[in-house]
Amino acid sequence: MAGETLAAGGYSLLALWGEPDCVHLSFWDAGSGAAAVMTLPCPEGRFPSIGRLHPPALRLERTIHDLFGLAAEESPDARPWLDHGVWETRFPLGKTSPSSGPTPYPFLPTEGEELHQVPVGPVHAGIIEPGHFRFTAAGETVVRLEERLGYVHRGVEGLLRGEDLEQAAALAARISGDTTAAYSSAFAQAVEAALDVEAPSLAHWLRALCVETERVANHLGDIGAICNDAAFARMHAFCSVLREKILRAADLCFGHRLMMDQIIPGGMRTVPPGEALRKLRELSEEITASLPGILQVYETTPSLQDRVVGTGVLSRALASQYASGGVIGRASGRLFDARCHLAYPPYSSLRFSVPVREEGDVDARISIRIREVEQSLDLIRQIIDGLPEGPASKPLPQERVAPGEGVALVEGFRGDLFAWVRLDERACVERCHFRDPSWFQWPLLEAVVYGNIIADFPLCNKSFNCSYSGHDL
Amino acid sequence: MTSDRPRSASSPRPRRPTLFGLIRSGLPEPPPPTDDTLVRDLGLRVQERARQRLGRSLALRLVDAGSCNGCELELHALQNPFYDLERFGLRFVASPRHADVLLVTGAVTRNMREALERTYQAIPDPKWVVAVGDCPATGGLFSQSYACVGPASAVVPIDLTIPGCPPRPQDLLAGLLALLESNGKPGRR
Repeated sequence: MAGETLAAGGYSLLALWGEPDCVHLSFWDAGSGAAAVMTLPCPEGRFPSIGRLHPPALRLERTIHDLFGLAAEESPDARPWLDHGVWETRFPLGKTSPSSGPTPYPFLPTEGEELHQVPVGPVHAGIIEPGHFRFTAAGETVVRLEERLGYVHRGVEGLLRGEDLEQAAALAARISGDTTAAYSSAFAQAVEAALDVEAPSLAHWLRALCVETERVANHLGDIGAICNDAAFARMHAFCSVLREKILRAADLCFGHRLMMDQIIPGGMRTVPPGEALRKLRELSEEITASLPGILQVYETTPSLQDRVVGTGVLSRALASQYASGGVIGRASGRLFDARCHLAYPPYSSLRFSVPVREEGDVDARISIRIREVEQSLDLIRQIIDGLPEGPASKPLPQERVAPGEGVALVEGFRGDLFAWVRLDERACVERCHFRDPSWFQWPLLEAVVYGNIIADFPLCNKSFNCSYSGHDL
Repeated sequence: MTSDRPRSASSPRPRRPTLFGLIRSGLPEPPPPTDDTLVRDLGLRVQERARQRLGRSLALRLVDAGSCNGCELELHALQNPFYDLERFGLRFVASPRHADVLLVTGAVTRNMREALERTYQAIPDPKWVVAVGDCPATGGLFSQSYACVGPASAVVPIDLTIPGCPPRPQDLLAGLLALLESNGKPGRR
């Protein structure tokens, strides 16, 4: 039923995850603007496949099987996903059984004359995370790309079980280092929902300051890096200078360049000194002033435009079907932004616009990033100017709390990331799940590359910039 | 210009005793008898010059063996114009075959163990291994996981550890420069 509604496009899939004896499904209803979580007990160790009707669920179901041993009935793809056959046990989070060892991974077949395969990874040429890409090409043209991920699966969900909130927050902050502020914010909000406490207003504003600063830093890095993949190093050098300035300003404010471990359940660990906030505000003006120059160079360099316009086109239909968030969805006409659609504090009190493009190519994804940097810099100024008075954190109940569950959806720089937590009566984590935006973006990269030349893959890939560690968990 | 005549370069004519031949014969003189001490001195001087010119150059190869990508961000930052890693003769290379130094990040996952081992083996001797960040140094928060092997030293020999979560670019730079200036023998296992 839920699967059919998802397949018909009525709901957007937010997450699908397991426990040893049940599966949970979360979706967002664009019509009513409401999100919901459904739970299905699986006493037989099986559940009906959603992926059979709605392909975006396929990799999530393969993951549920790998981790918990729960099988998706009638799934069209029952291959393992995160389990590469080298763990000591199968189903490490469910009823474990001894591993049977690695077996060759069956990539999807390709048929045709004079096709050749190009295997890439898991170790890539640059400073990149590990993953395997299997290209099948006819001459230069890619006819199929298949990803194989899971190389950086660290077992975060398993490590979170039974941890106290401090240790759990440290793990959540290290799910994807480039998104550490947004992950910490999502975890903190989910925990606060589970405990039914509200963080102080100042904490909400400072969390947004961290997340927007993170968005600016990452987008600047990406704008430069995409152009660098089109051999336009000048933009890369310029953007990396701006990025470094932002990281140094963040360091001044929070004592950590990536702002790791600053957002904690209950509030914030530190409040930035006024002098540091003033410097961050000045820097935001400096970068805003340099954006027209970036845009002008970007738009008037023919060799660059030649590479990015019309390259790696993602259709609006696919972006909607996969409920792909962030820049990727918004560059293909899917207008969703958790900051405005869920309007969690403090965004309900802030003014900002969410840029959308229809073209869905590399150019659209770069342009949206430039506009989002502009918006986030403006948000940084609004936040610094409007910081409320009061404490930045609130002590949380330590013992004999009512066991509860909480969910959160936070707009990180890649898109909406989902967090779910269940706490026990000692206020320790009983179960926790995170769904990175990349889960619904990685599969689309395979579609986008189709029909492009292999040499344009770095551009397509970089313009997506999906997380490996956030996905592999 | 074309010619149908067969070329004769491959079958030289026998040398005839012409004036020209007489003058050329016996030249150049055979080399003087080898002086071992002289050769050794020359070798040392060449080595010294080579070290002066090339000794501060190291090629780096990174393997993310299970990182959260925080360390990768800061390694990237080393290449920005603030730190400009290449001015010290340090640069990242695409192939382990071209590398002198293997940088490892992350608590080594079981799924990355083989890739890390094979990258290490692909680097020619002499080579160094640097553990970048707390995860490869100790296993970090992830050492107890079913999915992780633990510290990188369980898989490859570590010559230098740069602590931090992630290490700041200045710390990375200081660590790599210390490696350049150290007299330690590279790993050879």
